[in-house]
Amino acid sequence: MGSPGPRGVAGPATLARPDPMLPRPFLVRRTRQDTRDTYTLQLEPADGEPLSWAPGQFIMLHAFGVGEAPISITGDHTRTDRLEHTIRNVGSVTAALIAAAPGTVLGVRGPFGTGWEVATGQGADVVFVAGGIGLAPLRPAILELIGRRADYDRVLLLYGARTPEDILFGDDLRSWAERHGIVVEVTVDNGQHAWRGRVGLVTQLITMAGFDAVPALALVCGPEVMMRYAAQALSGRGVQPERLRLSMERNMKCGVGLCGHCQLRELFLCVDGPVLGYDRLAPLMARAEL
Amino acid sequence: MQTIEQYLPEHPFFHGLDAATTDLLAGCAVNVHLRPGEFLFREGEPADHFYVLRSGRIAIEVRTPGRPIVLDTAEDGEVVGWSWIVPPYLWTFDGCASTDLSAVAFDAVCLRAKCLTHPLLGYDLMMRFVQLMNKRVLSARIRLLDLYGGGHG
Repeated sequence: MGSPGPRGVAGPATLARPDPMLPRPFLVRRTRQDTRDTYTLQLEPADGEPLSWAPGQFIMLHAFGVGEAPISITGDHTRTDRLEHTIRNVGSVTAALIAAAPGTVLGVRGPFGTGWEVATGQGADVVFVAGGIGLAPLRPAILELIGRRADYDRVLLLYGARTPEDILFGDDLRSWAERHGIVVEVTVDNGQHAWRGRVGLVTQLITMAGFDAVPALALVCGPEVMMRYAAQALSGRGVQPERLRLSMERNMKCGVGLCGHCQLRELFLCVDGPVLGYDRLAPLMARAEL
Repeated sequence: MQTIEQYLPEHPFFHGLDAATTDLLAGCAVNVHLRPGEFLFREGEPADHFYVLRSGRIAIEVRTPGRPIVLDTAEDGEVVGWSWIVPPYLWTFDGCASTDLSAVAFDAVCLRAKCLTHPLLGYDLMMRFVQLMNKRVLSARIRLLDLYGGGHG
């Protein structure tokens, strides 16, 4: 979590790097199409030097000649020899990124920001709540937890997608449920096409889920409106605000707290976030025009 | 399986009702069981019941010229149906079992009559169903935003 106290323009992790504004060259290793508009890129450092990062952090991914976008990291954080990013095609930069053929050089700045700190949930129930492509930034935390599964009590993944065709990481969802004892509950907004599963809002899953709320750790990622309602539902169940963490995204640009594009009142989300506790976010999320 | 008399007082929807009211509700209720594909109710038919789902899942569907579209699902523990309390007391959508389904069916004709003669009971039940309606409307409105489909997330 980001420190609530005074801070400089860049955190210690940023200062340790030679120049956080300089992209490192990474090569596209492979690209996998996940859904109609979403792809997962696997990258490896062109110079072979590993890149350490924490689940929940993001990088700035640069398509040379097109532009740069903040992209969360999707893969296993123990694999410092590669990066995985799940990217939805929503604009010119993301279109260029997902079109990059194997061997293409992309620029990587970062990692930036705060992580999920899933280990703070050891000994308690852990609830992941994901909406849409918000499952991608949660995946590294789930993988980290699975690496020490016995240290956690009940683990639930409550996932809302737009349609059955938009459900991400289907193989992972099955494996997490069948091999790692994670309760995976999925709902979709639109249940056409012979879908026999749940249709409804992801917050409904929170209401019905079986977990011990007071000591639980809850990690939430998705569109901000969805997170606001999910946080209210989790808080209503009794999850403590400081153990309820959300990943906020607000137009990150520089990644080092200089440009102010990602400012949320007193916070620069690229350094204070993206992962923040509901104890800090609740008053900000409740205010209009922030 | 618990009897209806045992089940109702423990259900959150009925929490706080006095024993006489719970007994009255239980007296208007029967267990029903459906197989996948069977309908609990059909659009346009008289809404003479509401249901508490004990196990299984139901799809709230709207008919289209092609396949039906699922608007919502409900499952174990959820209460389904408020058309019984809203004139002209006709179902607005279809309710089709997605799985094997067990539910408690409440005789709404009987309950409507009781609510007329016992306004406090009517008010109490209305408050409970308004919360159910509010939850469903909130869900529908947020999903109308198509949060996962636009430039979000």
